Amino acid sequence: MSEPVWTQVGLTEQEYRRVCDILGREPNYVELQMFGVMWSEHCSYKHSKASLKKLPTKGPRVIQGPGENAGVVQVTDDLAVAFKVESHNHPSFVEPFQGAATGVGGILRDVFTMGARPIAVLDSLRFGPLDDPKQRRLFAGAVEGIGHYGNCMGIPTVGGEVYFEESYRGNCLVNAMCVGLLRPEKIRKGVARGIGNSIMVVGARTGRDGIYGASLLASAEFNAEAEDKRPSVQVGDPFMEKLLLEACMELFETDAVVGIQDMGAAGLMSSSSEMAARGNVGLEIDVRKVPAREEGMEPWEFLLSESQERMLVCVQRGREAEVEAIFQKWGLLSAVIGHVTDDGMIRVKDGDRVVAEVPAHALADEAPVYHPEKKEPTYLAELRRFDPSTIPQPEDWNATFLKLLNSPNIGSREWIYRQYDHMVLLGTVVAPGGDAALLRLDSAALPGPHPATATSGVEQAGVARGSKVGLALSIDCNGRYAYLNPRRGAAIAVAEAARNCVVTGAKPVAITNCLNFGNPEKPEIFWTFDEAVEGIAEACEALETPVTGGNVSFYNETNGEPIYPTPTIGMVAIHPNLDRRVTPGFKQQDDVIVLLGQTRDELGGSEYLKVIHGVVGGDAPALDLAFEKRLQKAVLTAIHDGLVTAAHDVAEGGVAVALAEMALAAEPGAWGCQVNLMIPEGRIDSALFGESQSRVILTVRPEKMTQLQALLLAEEIPFQVLGDVTNSGRFQLTGMTPGVHSSSVFRRQTLIDLPMAEVEKAYKEAIPQWMGA
Amino acid sequence: MRFGVVVFPGTNCEFDTYRALGEVLGLEVAYVWHQERDLSGLDGVILAGGFSYGDYLRTGAIARFSPVMASVAEFAERGGLVMGICNGFQILCEAGLLPGALQRNNHLQFRCAWSYLRVENNSTPFTNQTSQGQLLRIPVNHGEGNYFADPETLAELNRHGQVLFRYADAEGRITDEANPNGSVENIAGICNRRGNVMGMMPHPERACEAILGSEDGKYLFMSMVNHLKGRAACV
Repeated sequence: MSEPVWTQVGLTEQEYRRVCDILGREPNYVELQMFGVMWSEHCSYKHSKASLKKLPTKGPRVIQGPGENAGVVQVTDDLAVAFKVESHNHPSFVEPFQGAATGVGGILRDVFTMGARPIAVLDSLRFGPLDDPKQRRLFAGAVEGIGHYGNCMGIPTVGGEVYFEESYRGNCLVNAMCVGLLRPEKIRKGVARGIGNSIMVVGARTGRDGIYGASLLASAEFNAEAEDKRPSVQVGDPFMEKLLLEACMELFETDAVVGIQDMGAAGLMSSSSEMAARGNVGLEIDVRKVPAREEGMEPWEFLLSESQERMLVCVQRGREAEVEAIFQKWGLLSAVIGHVTDDGMIRVKDGDRVVAEVPAHALADEAPVYHPEKKEPTYLAELRRFDPSTIPQPEDWNATFLKLLNSPNIGSREWIYRQYDHMVLLGTVVAPGGDAALLRLDSAALPGPHPATATSGVEQAGVARGSKVGLALSIDCNGRYAYLNPRRGAAIAVAEAARNCVVTGAKPVAITNCLNFGNPEKPEIFWTFDEAVEGIAEACEALETPVTGGNVSFYNETNGEPIYPTPTIGMVAIHPNLDRRVTPGFKQQDDVIVLLGQTRDELGGSEYLKVIHGVVGGDAPALDLAFEKRLQKAVLTAIHDGLVTAAHDVAEGGVAVALAEMALAAEPGAWGCQVNLMIPEGRIDSALFGESQSRVILTVRPEKMTQLQALLLAEEIPFQVLGDVTNSGRFQLTGMTPGVHSSSVFRRQTLIDLPMAEVEKAYKEAIPQWMGA
Repeated sequence: MRFGVVVFPGTNCEFDTYRALGEVLGLEVAYVWHQERDLSGLDGVILAGGFSYGDYLRTGAIARFSPVMASVAEFAERGGLVMGICNGFQILCEAGLLPGALQRNNHLQFRCAWSYLRVENNSTPFTNQTSQGQLLRIPVNHGEGNYFADPETLAELNRHGQVLFRYADAEGRITDEANPNGSVENIAGICNRRGNVMGMMPHPERACEAILGSEDGKYLFMSMVNHLKGRAACV
């Protein structure tokens, strides 16, 4: 074989030399495999580590920050949530159903390994345009896979987002976020401790699937042979995982467990070395003791297998039988494969023969940290030079409006979420389709073991009985903004995720992120990454939402074409009183419609520019974080003062689309609206469809309008009274613009006047027109 | 009066069912593990929704062989009330306690959505608190809820008032558009000839609290309570 040994496992020659220096010798074959996977980008974060240090990670509610399987924040005095988002992009591109399904399976395990019972899943998806049959296949497959796993597990998929853009044609994104409920004192960590304690593998058998998933699949670019990597995609079994979940929840009730970790990327290898490194101990394991799915597996295959639905557990010596009994009850295997040692070495045996002996820290912590070269991409100046004032304004505003509503990036997502069980566990108070999902703590989900089999003393039900506290969850990123301006685009993702939660009445408390980028070894890509991290850091500082963990996904490119920088933000917010929960839909005729925030004459990066004029250009919308914070505070005050009947974030498609979404989600008897926009200066299209940030539309009962006005004036929030909710069955929007002869004389002109049924049809058909009903 | 909620490996709506019965309606309720053979002390048994045994082979096909199912059959034979929700309905059909079968949804997709059910027979232990023709707003959540029975069986079901619910639109019309899965004659729920065993695809336990969007599911559970108290006429 002419290829050097290091490239066979994805290392560079320099990295190989470093391994030799650490070991004081050349690694043998098994050891080389171990370093190859542990020092892969996916496991070691070697290109991103230095940048990620810039993120704020501390806050009064943070119980567990980055570095564990998931972050944890305090919610009430006795309950906390664990949460994290992760990518499964390349597997999903190669095999969308299994790729997406195992993406969900992996993030669920990351959360329940912390001792939390998963209570919600959210997804963030990106594909190429739907007129491409391959994209339709990827999209349909990924949605089905996500549903398959979550539905079977009995964990609701409560929210998400999807965009279809050219840049994702050769590299789709499938990011999944999970949120779990736990008692903070029962938190579990991925650590091995106590010399002589046992190391056990529990759950599914180990096979040859998913080998090289972390290194060759996740840490390299795609090319025409991507399909050949299908054997590196794992196959999920949600039924097995449901049993594993229940068995683990029961296991956590005992004090037999010292630490536990999901066997995800790089399977046994990463879980064992990370647990040992965290506990400053060594492990001796015998791969022959791992329950195998097939005969003849090599030691390195046991170590690198990414077979799903497995956990590695460090168990108090002498308590192994207890653990075995619990897993047996749930029909699962468990096996002691080794023990904790005091020499800090990961010693792998194949029966009596030692096949690898490497310091745990070398594998888990001593991968090189790179400070890649960065360079502002040249295309940016070109993109930003675009001047929107050069494009003609549409003549038919009705048709323009309908065309936007019919864009798959704006229209109804019902085609997706009706394939997801979004109700199980009885926590979902606001289902998918609004700004953020809203869950109640007082649900059927228990932060502990299954009461059917557990011993007495276990909670039967009602852990938060009567509590009015809720959780708002959202996941957001407009990749086009990040493409035009990585720093601001990333900050907008944080601001918008927060705003989406705020309009329900919840206060944002922390984020998790999934940073999807191209090849970081290219200076222009790394620049966008570093900028985006800066943007997240700025926004998280300003909005006081620390980062509790996340995932970096590099090498999202095919044949050298990178995706848009896509720093996906998963937000957790706490709703103090669900009696005051607010949804986007109009509630009642005569409610007054008020626009908060400032509309700037900006169209850069807008869906309007893309859909109507075929242009992706300009700069991302401006963002003033200090104002954003004030706006969010004012909206929360207005909601909790009981002034607000409906609230909605203004996002893609601008004010016109936001109003349409509120109108379409209306209660019976509030079918329509009549609004008038003041457009004293600037273009009509940017007033209607521009995507200026930090704007929210509220409705309020007429008699409460004075009180709302007083609040907004006191908080110095600019606002415009737009009109009111009707029940006319029509969507009517007029504009007041300066007259042709005298700019001080304003003329009213009808811009949009459509039957609601037509508005609804355009919105509802956006995805089904491509995917079928 | 005591209800049991059966838990198979892979059942996932047992917490919800327990909550609806125990906490919302204040009834006495206990979990019944799939290896349990003793159902004494129970007045009603509910097979909750989920994916028992991963729905492998065929929905409900493996669960029917578990120890508890033999006891459920005996329990039904003795006249006990048995309700199968979603996967529970599938299991009851597989076990032969209810006629017909549930196939994949005709559109081949999983479907989680609110539906309207029209009450077709309100004189059963499961519907006596509803009125004939009443519309109940209860969600569906399944990939294989497409009810099928051969023409003779269907005729039997109709003749004996065994069809309890049909999918309807918001005005109570039985239409194709209102049918979420292609079920024959829009059938959403049926009972056995004797009337003590029923199965339905929609999830009444998800519709017992206003904050979740509907309280119509309560009618069914309260019908069982009412029946067991002996105040309603037994079918």
